[in-house]
This record gives sequence, C-alpha cells and structure tokens, in this order.
Amino acid sequence: MNAPQTLALETRSLCKTFGALTVADDINFQLEAGARHALIGPNGAGKTTFINMLTGVLRPSSGHIVLGGENITQVAQASRVKRGLGRTFQINALFRGLSVLDNVALAVAERRGVARRTWRSASSYADIRDESLELLSTLGLAEDASQRILDLPYGKQRLVEIAIALGLRPSVLLLDEPAAGVPSLESHRILQVLDNLPKHIAILIIEHDMDVVFRFAQRITVLVQGQVLVEGPPEEISKDRRVHQVYLGEQRHA
Amino acid sequence: MSAHAGGYTADPRIRPIEWLPWIVAIAAFFALPDYLALGARILIFILYALSLDLIVGYAGIITLGHSAYFGLGAYVAGILSAKLGVTDPMVQLVAAAGAGAFLGLTTGAIILRTRALTLLMLTLAITSVLLEIANKATSLTGGADGLSGVVVAPVLGLFKFDIFGKTAYLYCLIVLFVGWWFVRRMVYSPFGTSLTGVRENSLRMHAIGAPVYWRLVLVYTLSATIAGVAGGLITQTNQFVGLNVLSFESAGELLVMLILGGVGRIYGAFVGPVVFLVAQDLLAKQFPEYWYFGIGVMLVLVVMFARGGVLGILDGILSRLRGKA
Repeated sequence: MNAPQTLALETRSLCKTFGALTVADDINFQLEAGARHALIGPNGAGKTTFINMLTGVLRPSSGHIVLGGENITQVAQASRVKRGLGRTFQINALFRGLSVLDNVALAVAERRGVARRTWRSASSYADIRDESLELLSTLGLAEDASQRILDLPYGKQRLVEIAIALGLRPSVLLLDEPAAGVPSLESHRILQVLDNLPKHIAILIIEHDMDVVFRFAQRITVLVQGQVLVEGPPEEISKDRRVHQVYLGEQRHA
Repeated sequence: MSAHAGGYTADPRIRPIEWLPWIVAIAAFFALPDYLALGARILIFILYALSLDLIVGYAGIITLGHSAYFGLGAYVAGILSAKLGVTDPMVQLVAAAGAGAFLGLTTGAIILRTRALTLLMLTLAITSVLLEIANKATSLTGGADGLSGVVVAPVLGLFKFDIFGKTAYLYCLIVLFVGWWFVRRMVYSPFGTSLTGVRENSLRMHAIGAPVYWRLVLVYTLSATIAGVAGGLITQTNQFVGLNVLSFESAGELLVMLILGGVGRIYGAFVGPVVFLVAQDLLAKQFPEYWYFGIGVMLVLVVMFARGGVLGILDGILSRLRGKA
C-alpha cells in the first residue's frame, strides 16, 4: 500500500532489550504529517523507552527509525533535533535559575545557529528575543517573560516546558505527559495550548489522563509490555475490550 | 554589585561600579608602594580565579586540577627563559597561553566526557601526573629545588622589571584587564548564555540540540589558556618556578578564593584573592603556625551563612537597603 503522503515519523520493527528483558518488541509505528496521536499504556509498558529511542537517548537493539523519510536510527540526539524532532519532558527539565524568556531564547538560538557565538552580546540579537517573546505571548506567558522559573507557579512551568520545544520549530513534537502534576482546575490552560498548537506539527502525546487523550487525539496507540496491543481512532479504542482489561488491571488476554 | 549573567535581555554595558576594582588597583599602586609585590600576586590570582569562575561558576564544571594549566604556563615561561634563553616577556606569555590552551584542549576532550565525581577525580589525576613529571624531569624543571635563573627582559623592550615591583604590578594589571574584558564579553555572549544553560540543565541542552560536549571543551580550553597566562605571570614576577604551582593544594586554595568571593559573578574572582591573600599575609605575620586556621574559619562561615560569598553578602545588604528606601 502506498502512503498518500509522507509520514512524519515511522518506526520499523523497533526492538530494545536489556539483557533478558524486552522493553520494546517489534514496534511498527506511524505518525502522519500533522497528526494528533496519543500513546497510552499502563506503567511499565515501555512508553518512555520508546520515546527515548525516538529522540536518540537510547539506541535500539534492532529496527529502524525514519524521520520525514530519512533513516535516523544512527543519528545523534542533537542532529535529530536539527532535523525537526522536538520533545518535552514529563518531569520539568527547565533552566530554573534563568528567566522564562531565556529558557525559550536558548532553544531559538540553538535552532538559528547563534548559540555558539562568543563575541557580540546575547541581548544584541534582537531577533532571538523578539521571536521568543512572540512565542511566549501565543502561550499567554508574555507577562511572565522576565520571571525566573524558580518563581513561577507549577502550571506555568509546564507551559514553558512546551514553549522551549516550540522554540525549535519542530516538524514532529513528542509531548511526554504535558499535564502531569497539574491540578485539574488548571489543566484547561494546558489543554487550550495543546488545541492551539500549529496544525502542521505532527504530535505524539504520552498521557495518563484519559480526558486529555480523548479530547486531543485523533488516533491512539496502546502499548502493553513493549508491544503494540492495538491502534485506532479514539471511538474504537474506547470500546476495545482488551484495552479495558489492561486498564482495569484484569488478567490480560491469554 | 549583583551577579553577572548573560542572557538575551541582559544589558552588557559596563556599569559604573565595575570600574571600582580598577580605580582601587591604581590607587593602591600609588598609596601602597611597599606592597606592590603582594599586589602583583593578588592581580595574578584574580586572573587565575577568573579563569576558574568561567568553568566552575558559569559552565558548572567542577575541578580540583586547575593548577595543571597554571603550573604548565609557569613552567613553560620559566623553561623558555632559563633553559632556552627566550627572555621576551610577551613571547613567554604567548607560549604559556598556548601551552595552557593545548593541554586544556587535549585533557578537556577526554575528561569532559565524564561528569561529577569521576570528572573531579580526573582533574586531580591530571595535575598529579604533571606534578610528578615536573618533579622527575629535574634537568628541565629543577625538580624539588625549583627552577631558578629565570630572566625577563624589559616589557616591549622599554619597561624594566624593577626591584620594587612597579613594572610587574602595572604589567599584571594590564594583562588582567585584557583577560577580564575577554571573560566579560564571553559571559554576555550567546555562548556564555548557553554555558549557563548547560550548568542549569544539561539534559535539556541536549534536548534542544546543543552540542554540549563541544561547548564544554571550548570553554575549558579558553579557561586553561587564561590559567596558563596567569602561570606565566607568576614566573615572570617571581623569576622562579617551584613545584607548588602544580600542586592540587594550590588548585584547592584557588577554589577557596573563588568561593570566598562568590562563584559565577565575575567579581567574586576579584574579591576572593584579595581577601584570601591579604588575610594570609596578615595572619602569617601574627600566627605563623596557625594562619590557615583563620582561612578555614572564614570558609566555614561563608559556606554556612553566605553561599554567594562576600559579594553575595553585599548583594543581600544592598537589596535590604533598597527594600527599606
């Protein structure tokens, strides 16, 4: 079957073993351009391992990763970022002592190849600052630009987590539990931001909160014990008996 | 005098207060003519501490082996003069800088693949290896007796090193000024800002596509270059090189100076050596046996009550005054 359009990201027979333990077992995964795709599964299903292989933190034992038609299995983490693969972290990975603006500007400067410059002052690069500010205002963070992360409420820190990744202008964005730890009263801000993410970015979201998953995703992949259990649109997944069994903690299918 | 950090909104212009150290240094030249030798020593250690602040304070690389680069610079300048008859101070200084840069690049490329305790141990190992080489290569270094017979020609063929240390003091002051200017520019540059990013969260720097390893190797090399220059200066002003320039005790003392002054703020490297070396000078006269005890007490107090060092205390007082006003 010929795909009508190029896939943004694809894995072919991706495997990862740690000794006798198989944490990724023949994962064939396809993320279409502009997709809103969720990856769900119980704890220990191998979601984080999968993400770490996609980003280049972990090297797969076998199989291939293809980004925008290019095999990137052997490509280093930094080069994958340059090729358009961005990610956020489940546990905030921010520059805590720096301002919100600088958190984003660091990413923008890396993307634009400015970050290695040693001579002119950083503040003389007005284009970096302006782009970062503009990005922050689209996320409703313009007023907090000069605040240090340390002084920022947790919910806004989660937004900065997303802002940094957007500063890379990724074509594929991996969101690792963007609403993790945010009280449900505040999580609507994050959901709003997710809804408004640029349509051309293909997004894979890992999330435990099913409200977020079913509101956001157009397609869902369920991962169990390193294997893809089932994949399909939300309506199908919500009715799938096997998925219910997994999430209700019942005996898995034989 | 708040901390100096780069960033995309930081104003890089030199604030009026930043001229204070230079005014003090020039005033000291006229007011304290009997202390110019100590003064030159302080200026050299400020440059040395500045090089350490770049990697410890800004890039977050922890080290106990910075004396390797300082010591190498000192020996290269000394050997050039005493063994090869190269007496021009500028040539000696450039050679010391080059040696520091080369060693910084080659060792940095290896050890910066590690982090934390492993890195700390490797920095210790490098300076220990160099110390042992200097100890054994007596024909070149004089071994434990030290390298004497260092001759330094007049600076630019014009300014002779006099016994009162006037030339040495001003010469060190000018070199320090140049070093400070470079460091300050770098701190405020995008590169300096990205180093702060590495210090704050290297995981995230990787995730935004930064070549973290190469950035660290570069800053380590630049820092080693400056330390090499400082080492060259100490040889030129003492006209003697002893093994102690390579000891890890001296690297430790340098770290103590920086912590006393304040880490990651440029001017901590100015205040720390002044406090440390003046205290050493005073205490050693009063209590020749126990002077280090006084330094120890200061360090304990700073670490327990003033994590930002002397400058951190000043910052606190200033912001409290502003709060009341």
